[in-house]
Amino acid sequence: MTTEARYTRADFQTDQEVRWCPGCGDYTILASVQNFMADLGVDREKIVFVSGIGCAARFPYYMNTYGLHAIHGRAPAIASGLAVARPELSVWVVSGDGDSMSIGGNHLIHALRRNINLKILVFNNQIYGLTKGQYSPTSEMGKRTKSSPAGSIDFPFNPVSLALGAEATFVARTIDMDRTHTTEILKQAYQHRGSAFVEIYQNCNVFNDKAFAALTGKDERDQNRINLVHGEKVLFGPDRERGVIIDGGTARIVDVADAGIDAIHTHDATAPSAGPAYALSRLSHGPFGPTPVGVFRAVDRPVYEETLQQQIHDAQAKRGPGDLAELIASAGTWTVPDHDERELPAHS
Amino acid sequence: MSEAPTIDNQEAEQVHAVAIRFAGDSGDGMQLAGARFTDASAIFGNDLSTLANFPAEIRAPAGTLPGVSSFQVHIADRDILTPGDQPDVLVAMNPAALKANIADLAPAGIIIVNTDAFDERNLTRAGYATSPIEDGSLDAYRVLKVPMEDLTKRALEGSGVKGRDALRSKNFFAVGLMTWMFQRPLEPTLEWIASKFAKEPDIKAANELAFRAGFNLGETTEMFRHTYRVEPARLPAGTYTNVTGNQALAWGIMAAGQAARLPVFYASYPITPASDILHELARHRNFGVRTFQAEDEIAAAGAALGASFAGHLGVTGTSGPGLALKSETISLALMTELPLLIIDVQRGGPSTGLPTKTEQADLLMAMYGRHGESPLPIVAISTPADAFEAVIEAARIAIKYMTPVILLSDGYIGTSTEPWRLPDLAALPDISVPFAIAPNGPEATFLPYLRDAKTQARPWAVPGTPGLEHRLGGLEKDGTGNVSYAPDNHERMTLLREGKVKGIAADIPDVLVDADEGAEVLVLGWGSSYGAILAGVRRVRAAGKKVARIHLRHLNPFPANLGAVLAGYRRILVPELNRGQLVRMVRSEFLVDAISYPKVQGQPFKAAEIEAKLLEII
Repeated sequence: MTTEARYTRADFQTDQEVRWCPGCGDYTILASVQNFMADLGVDREKIVFVSGIGCAARFPYYMNTYGLHAIHGRAPAIASGLAVARPELSVWVVSGDGDSMSIGGNHLIHALRRNINLKILVFNNQIYGLTKGQYSPTSEMGKRTKSSPAGSIDFPFNPVSLALGAEATFVARTIDMDRTHTTEILKQAYQHRGSAFVEIYQNCNVFNDKAFAALTGKDERDQNRINLVHGEKVLFGPDRERGVIIDGGTARIVDVADAGIDAIHTHDATAPSAGPAYALSRLSHGPFGPTPVGVFRAVDRPVYEETLQQQIHDAQAKRGPGDLAELIASAGTWTVPDHDERELPAHS
Repeated sequence: MSEAPTIDNQEAEQVHAVAIRFAGDSGDGMQLAGARFTDASAIFGNDLSTLANFPAEIRAPAGTLPGVSSFQVHIADRDILTPGDQPDVLVAMNPAALKANIADLAPAGIIIVNTDAFDERNLTRAGYATSPIEDGSLDAYRVLKVPMEDLTKRALEGSGVKGRDALRSKNFFAVGLMTWMFQRPLEPTLEWIASKFAKEPDIKAANELAFRAGFNLGETTEMFRHTYRVEPARLPAGTYTNVTGNQALAWGIMAAGQAARLPVFYASYPITPASDILHELARHRNFGVRTFQAEDEIAAAGAALGASFAGHLGVTGTSGPGLALKSETISLALMTELPLLIIDVQRGGPSTGLPTKTEQADLLMAMYGRHGESPLPIVAISTPADAFEAVIEAARIAIKYMTPVILLSDGYIGTSTEPWRLPDLAALPDISVPFAIAPNGPEATFLPYLRDAKTQARPWAVPGTPGLEHRLGGLEKDGTGNVSYAPDNHERMTLLREGKVKGIAADIPDVLVDADEGAEVLVLGWGSSYGAILAGVRRVRAAGKKVARIHLRHLNPFPANLGAVLAGYRRILVPELNRGQLVRMVRSEFLVDAISYPKVQGQPFKAAEIEAKLLEII
């Protein structure tokens, strides 16, 4: 990151009135992103925010960059075209749990597996906010909402597990209220080459308030928040007295005193196998108890648009820049000579 | 052929036109055989038109009627317009191919049968109780019996290719035989084999041997002493190539990119019969063409739109079911007023329908198949070669007016071929539109919806341009681009979008009328029925009747003079491969009592059908 103070947060604010509900976690995320962008110092005109539909999807209107508020679920597809066409741009997708994992699930997984240079931020509030309170694909079983008065019978997605299963090369989780942590994750996502999937736990104070209390509440957070730090033992608790071991592919929480510090798993986000990251993601199937946050996985894999550029480059080096007239004639031609323009009889 | 050939004549008989149909099992290589014969004829200099007809299944059960694949080629020494209403010659590689095609054959036509395939098993599969080549049921035709499999195997003896592999070359045996019969040059086919199988010397040798064996059989056998000559056609002077509609369309997209000075971005999901456009474009990375095989039709449209936002020529191609899926993105393109070119190679529908057969039944979907008030320009292709110019015109409109444009092709256009006089690429129109590079609002602001006074188009400012950062979106906005739900504003914006598309009528050519003096009946067509309609009209004229003809390139908006032209005729006939879609549009637009002539059989119109219908109403 550049150190020169080229931009301030105000440079990334627009003249649009921000229209989220008072107290919404989206405000905090917006502030984090604007501050991050100002610090990053990337040319503002080279940044594009693309969103789908939902509360989170209003985001581009509030960022003074290029932006496209598109169609429900389709942001990764549209952003893919943008990033593949113009690899020099910094393309960000802002989505929610319904947008990315329900109606747009297909586009999300394919953008991730292709490893297109998109930074995909999923504001997960575990509820449909803009349509006023139906359960979402990340809502817990049994959740009572307007569309599930007897309790939701849908088993939810674990977004981190989903992204890992979709061959994502960068997978992280953070929390709206923790701006320092959010900023650090954004920085790592930006620096990653290829698709970066960032789940942001985001509180919807109107339809699903305190959904993340286990991780944000004063009394609970120290008990439940497991910070993943690359190269460090996975320890948590007020006195780091608890830890995670991975045994037979499954992660378990243990008391360090019982298991011994040597048995505790050392987090390696760059491990060639996604197995350990997946095991960590399965420690919780929702933020209701001890839950890891941080970068689960960050590995190198060829970036789609870079490979495409290389193919273009190689083809041009081998065959030249292409001559359309030559191409059209390549399938074989014949020449009709000049002749008297005799009137031909009608025939079919 | 014009007259029934006689066997005694040992000279090559000159005929003006002949239609030949190669038919066999879908594994017999009949499309390839037809294409080789066609290319040789094209290089020889005939005018021609082809029609491919193949099953949707990759390999339907061998020997059955659903598994029959055919390729018809019409060659002539003059200007022709259709693949021929009836084949004069049928090459039948098995009983099913004979059964599926015999009804189409011209009276006293020639049948060349591969007798080796007429065994008990194949006869039963085709539903023949007795062999039609033995029981006299084909006496009305001239049947030439050739044991093609046995002769192919024998020709390949010593080549190292044997058994079932040897039999795979029998399509080239058939091509060789027809090459003799119709006095085609051998070189184009031999050259094609040499280049296509350069890396597989065994297959190359086998196909060459089979091809020559077929030719030599004709030359040395009494049965084939009678040959036919179709002289080169007196086409307008120039250099020609033979082209399919999908190929011309792909090249037209590349030409449109050059004419617009924009990189081409083509996003598509594989779908019959549009996939060949993707295949062709994917081959040309050296031209800087970016192809993107998306995860689905929706993503293909989305990625193309994203590329358009980025400043590329964003194009997505599909067929009917895919167009339905893309409609949501097309509406976003319309609302954000970004150029987007959508190609629909129509096929029989609804649903999966007849994926390999042709139809023109997506016109009303192109016109109205979106939510909200969402008008957009529609351009139609008439013939395979016409695809090249049509797509450039569609791109021109999309860029100039900042709008999605639907370009309608169909399966017949996409897979058929015709000779195409090579275009003068230096004379391509300049369709480029400069990107916005400077603020256009007060205090150096950028107003993305400030319109050009003439075209009503908004400026195209692409990411990466300093100072023009702006946000587009699907929400209704006011004239500045800010979101607005104000009642009057929505109506104003709806009318603006509508007016922008209507205004294109002033920027497209008036419709040309091909009319006889005093004609009272006008035939109005669009799309791939061009050839059959014109051929039908010529026949009606040859019969001494007067008729007028219009073929539409622009279906929305209509050319400015269309209403006035239609008003000048007593009766208007609208032939379409649907249940009457253009006819509904002209009725509602111009309040004319047009007569619908619909056909939905998955096959193009025949000239004879148009002729008969016209004679009925004139």
